[in-house]
Amino acid sequence: MNCFPYLVLRLARQALVPLLAAPLLAQAAIPIQHWTHPSGAKVYLVESPAIPMLDVRIDVDGGSRRDPPQQAGLAAATADLLSAGVAARAGERALDENRLAEAWADLGAQFGASASTDRFSLSLRSLTRPELLERAVALAARQMAAPAWPAAVWQRERERQIAALAEAQRQPATQASRRFNRAVYGDHPYGREPDAATLRRIRTDQMRAFYQRHVVACRAQVSLVGAIDRAAADRIVGQFMAALQPHGCPALPPVPEVAPLKAALEDRVPFDAAQAQVLIGQPGMRRSDPDFMPLFVGNHILGGGGFVSRLTSEVRERRGFSYSVYSYFAPGLHAGAFQIGLTTRPDQADAAIGVAREVLRRFVDEGPTAAELQAAQDNLVNGFALRIDSNRKLLDNVANIAWYGLPLDYLDHWTEQVRQVTVADIRQAFGRLIAPDRMVTVVVGAR
Amino acid sequence: MKRFFLCVWRPWVAILSLVCGATAAAAPPVAAGPQQFTLSNGMTLIVQPDHRAPTVAHMLWVRVGSMDEVDGSSGVAHVLEHMMFKGTPDLKPGEFSRRVAALGGRENAFTSRDATAYHQQVSREHLEAVMRLEADRFERNQWDDEEFIKELGVVKEERRQRTEESPRARFFEAVNAQVFQTSPYRRPVIGWMSDLDALTPQDAREFYRRWYVPANAAVVVAGDVDVARVRELAEAIYGRIPARALPPRKPRDEIGQAGPRRLEFRAAAEQAVVSLNWHAPQLADPAAQDAGSQNALALAVLAAVLDGYGVNRLERALVQTKGPAGRVADSVGASYGLFGRGPQLFSLTAVPARGVAPERVVQALRGEVARLAREGVSEAELQRVKIQWAASETYQLDSVFNQARELGSYWVNGWSPGAGPALMARLQAVSAAQVRAVAQRLLSDEDLNIAVLVPDANRARVAHSGPPPTLSRH
Repeated sequence: MNCFPYLVLRLARQALVPLLAAPLLAQAAIPIQHWTHPSGAKVYLVESPAIPMLDVRIDVDGGSRRDPPQQAGLAAATADLLSAGVAARAGERALDENRLAEAWADLGAQFGASASTDRFSLSLRSLTRPELLERAVALAARQMAAPAWPAAVWQRERERQIAALAEAQRQPATQASRRFNRAVYGDHPYGREPDAATLRRIRTDQMRAFYQRHVVACRAQVSLVGAIDRAAADRIVGQFMAALQPHGCPALPPVPEVAPLKAALEDRVPFDAAQAQVLIGQPGMRRSDPDFMPLFVGNHILGGGGFVSRLTSEVRERRGFSYSVYSYFAPGLHAGAFQIGLTTRPDQADAAIGVAREVLRRFVDEGPTAAELQAAQDNLVNGFALRIDSNRKLLDNVANIAWYGLPLDYLDHWTEQVRQVTVADIRQAFGRLIAPDRMVTVVVGAR
Repeated sequence: MKRFFLCVWRPWVAILSLVCGATAAAAPPVAAGPQQFTLSNGMTLIVQPDHRAPTVAHMLWVRVGSMDEVDGSSGVAHVLEHMMFKGTPDLKPGEFSRRVAALGGRENAFTSRDATAYHQQVSREHLEAVMRLEADRFERNQWDDEEFIKELGVVKEERRQRTEESPRARFFEAVNAQVFQTSPYRRPVIGWMSDLDALTPQDAREFYRRWYVPANAAVVVAGDVDVARVRELAEAIYGRIPARALPPRKPRDEIGQAGPRRLEFRAAAEQAVVSLNWHAPQLADPAAQDAGSQNALALAVLAAVLDGYGVNRLERALVQTKGPAGRVADSVGASYGLFGRGPQLFSLTAVPARGVAPERVVQALRGEVARLAREGVSEAELQRVKIQWAASETYQLDSVFNQARELGSYWVNGWSPGAGPALMARLQAVSAAQVRAVAQRLLSDEDLNIAVLVPDANRARVAHSGPPPTLSRH
């Protein structure tokens, strides 16, 4: 019998005796160390010494919600181009995209940037052998301090992306998702998606400016999981933040909330398709919604819980309409969408939509049964260990805690919070948030 | 490729035995490598302890995939995989999934050309429960015709979603049938639509009875377990299933190719696709010294040099192209099937840049192989590939599920559970001269299949066709 090594370490410093019998994980702490770096960066560390590797993730407020409307795609393009080369600095020669990729390959390490709707993220994965880790951290810091922003590379990448967009536009799934986002989010930046025109307006000097305005130490949330201690983590954070501190700490304008839908909207698009694509939904919840847990557990029952959810059992298992049917919430800093999705043979689209709508209406009206709630809670509580059983999963969890300012012991109380949800909580939360008579329904390719 | 580490655990031995007291003393002091046993009925058991977290991955592998089907019943291996969730004398349809869900488990299954696998991830205390559920359906899968008809509808939707809907998926289905003429690999894993239309409940039941026998299956358990205890459980739960004879397998080898073949596939796509496929030798086992196996190892390095890390040879030659002629391709890749139950390919794939004739892309791809044959690879390129592989060995330790999956795939191929480290050692020993030699001697016109997806705006978007080589139930 044992347990997370890092967990053992912490507990070993405390009392030894009670551990012998206790199932450790169920009530055990995930020891997240947290401190603020002098640059203002918030640091979150989980020591996980079993494998000689380290994952670092830096999140800042620079996701696509910060894209200017005319340059939709700027955050993602900025993230892409961050790997396109490093400018020369005192004593160090410039590295073009190939030299840079080779330098990372020679270290056996990975470094990259990405942009989601809310976050601009930098990620490093390295072995912790000292000579390798030191060089990997130095290279990442150099790349963060002096990206080259080469215009020729952007021109090439832009052409590739525009060509890929044109190909994607021929897919009914792409059509459906773009129309759905436009209908649900309206003018809100969550609904903005790049197209050929917005990509053509993006220049590399705008990337540089975007990067300097958003990727700043004072708003950085740095999560580290791996075989290092606090002192080493603090040194790494210090090197990274030194690279960003010249950006200062420019204030960012507030971003408006997603407006609720005023009326139902149905968008049917004829398409020569093998399957109809169906998306039904509306603005959902913010991550900070006080009903987050009832909505999360409720959706698990409705369409998030895999083979045993109501939607799967009614649409797929009972009627064989669809291979894939689901519902989800996409909570973020703003109300990300609530969405039901399914694909089905074009001639049975209307029947499948009817079933999905009826399942939703009944769920909102009546909530789950006590037995369904019990089954969902059993699944979530008993499966909790599977949410944190690798460094990668822990990193995602820690980064979420950091980003949303959740309590450091959030994971320790997660199963209790799941258990506390009642049928009435779910009914109330869905009733407040989800209006079955004001849904967006996008159907591409039905007959 | 990947595997398992011993040394990194050692610093923890002292602390673990302190904290975990008597029970720790009973378990092996460090996480050892995988161990393999044969149960009394011929079923294989492979156990990989990993004590980082109190969770377990449990997989049941059956050495039967789409390559074991016969013409007219393509897709039956995968349909049966779906039907395995539809009951036993003690479980109603869907009850299997409900029970696993109640345990907090994650579950699914997948079918490939070579194998079918069922898997659950659970907290360690629920291992026995999922073993019992899995053994029950392995021995006593049972459902009525009506369930079959409904599920066949789901599988056809799966085919529509994966294949019919995607010009590229249909193209690669056609490429596959071009490259393989007599090997059963020519059929798509999900099956041709007309075969699915004609599939009967009896087809699935017969396939099940024929292939789901203990000697054709392996249980793989990775995670926070004690090897001796798992062995006891497996013997009691799986080992009691009656042994049955495994039917003979016929070789159905791929006929030799004699000269290049070409395929033009027209579809309502925006972008063209070019696919070059050579029949290639494969690695018989990680210790094999025959010429084919030596060449296979060198081909694995060759593929990695062409397409192994961020910015590689193909990318530089075709995507970063400078000069008046401009960019050749929007994307490009190389892949090689190092081992498998059936014949393997060396493949180059590219999406031509807008306005570039696919033929120019074909020539550019072949030009890169020719250049490699002429100039060889540099020591730096070779080292870079090896460093990446070595590092990925460590990174892959992070996922217990991937460890189980890898052990299962070695077993399917008839390899020992220690194949991972052995394979890595062989790859690390490949020299630049060997890589150059395979580029010179293999990958000739004799074995080449050239296929082009040609965009054709006048074509209907939708037609009939295929899948990726592995299908997951979800």
